[in-house]
Amino acid sequence: MILKITTINKGIVIDHIQAGKGLKLFHFLKLDEADFTVALIMNASSKKLGRKDIIKIEDVIDLDLTMIGFLDPNMTVNIIEDDKIIEKIKLTLPEKLEGILSCKNPRCITRDERDAVHKFVLLDKEKGIYKCEYCDHIYS
Amino acid sequence: MLKGRNLIDPSDLSMEEIDEIMGLTREIVNNPKEFAHVCDGMLLGSLFYEPSTRTRLSFEAAMLRLGGKVVGFSEPGSSSVQKGESLNDTLRTVGAYTDIIVMRHPKEGAPKLGADLCPVPLINAGDGGHQHPTQTLTDLYTILESKGSLDNLVLGFCGDLQFGRTVHSLIKAMSRYKNVKFVLISPVELEVPEYIKTEILDKNEVEYIEVERLEDVIDTLDILYMTRVQKERFFNEVDYIRLKDSYILDLKKLEKAKKDLAILHPLPRVNEIKVEVDSDPRAKYFKQVKNGMFVRMALIAKLLGVK
Repeated sequence: MILKITTINKGIVIDHIQAGKGLKLFHFLKLDEADFTVALIMNASSKKLGRKDIIKIEDVIDLDLTMIGFLDPNMTVNIIEDDKIIEKIKLTLPEKLEGILSCKNPRCITRDERDAVHKFVLLDKEKGIYKCEYCDHIYS
Repeated sequence: MLKGRNLIDPSDLSMEEIDEIMGLTREIVNNPKEFAHVCDGMLLGSLFYEPSTRTRLSFEAAMLRLGGKVVGFSEPGSSSVQKGESLNDTLRTVGAYTDIIVMRHPKEGAPKLGADLCPVPLINAGDGGHQHPTQTLTDLYTILESKGSLDNLVLGFCGDLQFGRTVHSLIKAMSRYKNVKFVLISPVELEVPEYIKTEILDKNEVEYIEVERLEDVIDTLDILYMTRVQKERFFNEVDYIRLKDSYILDLKKLEKAKKDLAILHPLPRVNEIKVEVDSDPRAKYFKQVKNGMFVRMALIAKLLGVK
């Protein structure tokens, strides 16, 4: 069977991923553990970016994508049904990040305490600055 | 409503809630006997993960003076922390035995992390270089007591303004009051961190100036908050020698100061305030220490909902 990577009739297409970041996103979304059809296309040519990565996910449209804006808010996400784009999701930086970043402040409690979930809150949307919810350390 | 709440960061309290605590503190100062039994039968868990004399004793004295009792540890070596117990488990356990917990921890953000699962009110008694909200309440009460208001004041902060958590918390708290101006007196190396300027002072449009020498500005101040400058914080010996005397308060410098200036210091001091200043009526730092106990009495009573 040939993997369809050109078009899908139902699923999600994450486009305009900065070239080289596709694999990271693939792992972030745990697509390496998926039991559905997925394709990662790397270094595709792009008018906008020169080179880009693309991820295509077939038959699944209910993935939680709220956090991926943090990785690259310039990606585009299209939800496809019946061969048509039914929704374009505008990515933004999430207000909260949980378990994605680790606090770099060596004096932060999250560095020591087992089972502590690293939590960050968005401080400046334009500059993409987050702060640790516990010690206020800035991450930009 | 303060009953059942935690105090982790000074900004957890609204200005009205600070007024409430200040008001109760005043009542306790004026009539301590009336409060001697309001916490009868109640227990304070006092968890000090690093040594502290002043803060620990003031909390414990506060609870005892309210009629309550105290259990806890003053160093983690004598607790189950030594066996590797997590912070959350310790707080849940101690919370099962006590009515309120006070905790000092060397790690920043520890009280915030612990508060999520702590079954009783949790008070932050200092988390690393991060926050020390009851010192801020103490400072606010001492300013209020000395000047009669927290509005229309020129506050000078002198010394190490970069690493001093009490300075950062007090600037944050005072920035909310009307017509308050700050004079920040420190060597360039020890200026207040950038986020204090951008996130607090600039954002709230608070007027401030930064200067290197106390002598140049002492006559303009209503409040002078002294902190210790350590030699090792300077980048070079030349600057240290040039500036070190500028951060030591003596009677000569005070000649130029206002007659109703109030001098505060979070203590302990080393040599930044000469002992000769102690007898000057403008010296309020030992008053401030005592106020710390009264403020903590008021806070405990409010969080327990007994007053």
